[in-house]
Amino acid sequence: MSDVCIVGAGIHPFGRTEGRDGMDQGVYAVRQALADTGIAWEDVEFAFGGSAASGAADTMVSKLGLTGIQFINVSNGCATGGSALNAAASAIKSGEYEIGMAVGFDKHPRGAFNADPGAYGLPNWYGEAGYMLTTQFFGAKIMRYLHENDLSREALGRVSEKAFRNGAKTDHAWRRSEVDLETIMNAPMISDPLNKYMFCSPAEGAVALILASEKKAKELGGPMIRLKTSVMRTRPPGSFEVFAASIDNERGGTATEIAAKAAFEQAGMGPEDIDVAQLQDTESGAEIMHMAENGFCPHGDQEKWLIEGRTEINGALPVNTDGGCLACGEPIGASGLRQVYENVVQLRGTAGERQVPGDPKTAYTQVYGAPGVSAVTILQR
Amino acid sequence: MNAQPIADNLFTDDNMTALVGARNKQTGHISFPLPLTPNDNIEPIALASRGTVWTYTVQRFPPKTPYAGPADPENFKPYIVAYVSLPGQTMVESRLTGVEPEDVKIGMEVELTAIPLDPDAPASEQKMIHAFQPV
Repeated sequence: MSDVCIVGAGIHPFGRTEGRDGMDQGVYAVRQALADTGIAWEDVEFAFGGSAASGAADTMVSKLGLTGIQFINVSNGCATGGSALNAAASAIKSGEYEIGMAVGFDKHPRGAFNADPGAYGLPNWYGEAGYMLTTQFFGAKIMRYLHENDLSREALGRVSEKAFRNGAKTDHAWRRSEVDLETIMNAPMISDPLNKYMFCSPAEGAVALILASEKKAKELGGPMIRLKTSVMRTRPPGSFEVFAASIDNERGGTATEIAAKAAFEQAGMGPEDIDVAQLQDTESGAEIMHMAENGFCPHGDQEKWLIEGRTEINGALPVNTDGGCLACGEPIGASGLRQVYENVVQLRGTAGERQVPGDPKTAYTQVYGAPGVSAVTILQR
Repeated sequence: MNAQPIADNLFTDDNMTALVGARNKQTGHISFPLPLTPNDNIEPIALASRGTVWTYTVQRFPPKTPYAGPADPENFKPYIVAYVSLPGQTMVESRLTGVEPEDVKIGMEVELTAIPLDPDAPASEQKMIHAFQPV
């Protein structure tokens, strides 16, 4: 079976762009990706795309050109981008197509996501009594994790400090100023133990990736960035997910653990082989949990890793080199693809100020979200 | 008229002495609350009124709708949201009452009570929600 290669990547800066809707940000990213690949829209044979709040991706053809291509919309919550990439890779692996696109974009209103209890199978009282907040879930989950693994609140602050330090070096990031640890630790609490510097915000942005067969990629002549694997998994019994009025006393594993294991098996690699990783950091606690859930360190070692700087850009395993969701915000449809975009840039060696030193060869992404889905990719140059 | 529970089927009775859980007749698996639509495989069960705090957080800002409690930013009082482990049954998401956020400890013993969603509402209009308090 042919390897799938990422031959082009485009991004619309994350954050807030007044006067440009989510779809137009998507179109912007596609045009940039086409230019990056050195092809025209007419050369693209198929597309998978999605957004959570900015409309049906396939309607983009009215802006990009009515070439008649197959364009399938993907709606998979926080895994929308990852699922679009997954589907695009499968279409090439099957031999049906040589070159295609995965695109994700979004534009969310300010503030925490508003949710309707009925849509989650919950009674109205659940919302009326004040439980319908994603921030509570993240706070309660990491509160338990810190307790079980003897980690301090300062570990959360260190994750945020690193995110803003990396974001300051990243053109596509939203938060571009460093914030020191003391300021972070003293900020107003949102949902204990997480304060306002420890949560990402819903935002705007778009990413487009052009994928091609190995043969086509060689013809195009750019750097060969191989998508070794793209895996999406759903939750096992006993996982702890958002908007749960009850959870089982008997605790289980996580969607991320399952996805990571499958991805490493498919790629024939282990965590020790990865040179750079982008891990879901909806809030700082998520990055901490995901360091262990993806197999990069044992549960409980994260604070030591952070203090020693092992996840810094010049550390043993740089994590979230563009500042992650904490610095970029989280436009749901684009967020997972942003991670892959960043890895493409890192593997090409064109990340400038935030470039991981030592000529990285392997790169890992993991996106996690409601209702307990996780998507992992591994790239290799 | 006395204060009423915020919803039917939340408590076992109007004295609000126990929460209603959902027991799967085939597997014995227990969850909370009852499903929105009746299901032949599910039977109601009274949940234990004592348990321990498994984890918690504090809601520090007034939530947006559908929250129906007091949300005035000037007078908003943060509230504690916990998962309370009921032995042999399930962990229930619940407010904690009668304890300040800084005094909550994972593992502390708590028991069921009911509190008004808006303590300033007239008694006749009060909607009661479930909460656990330190034993």
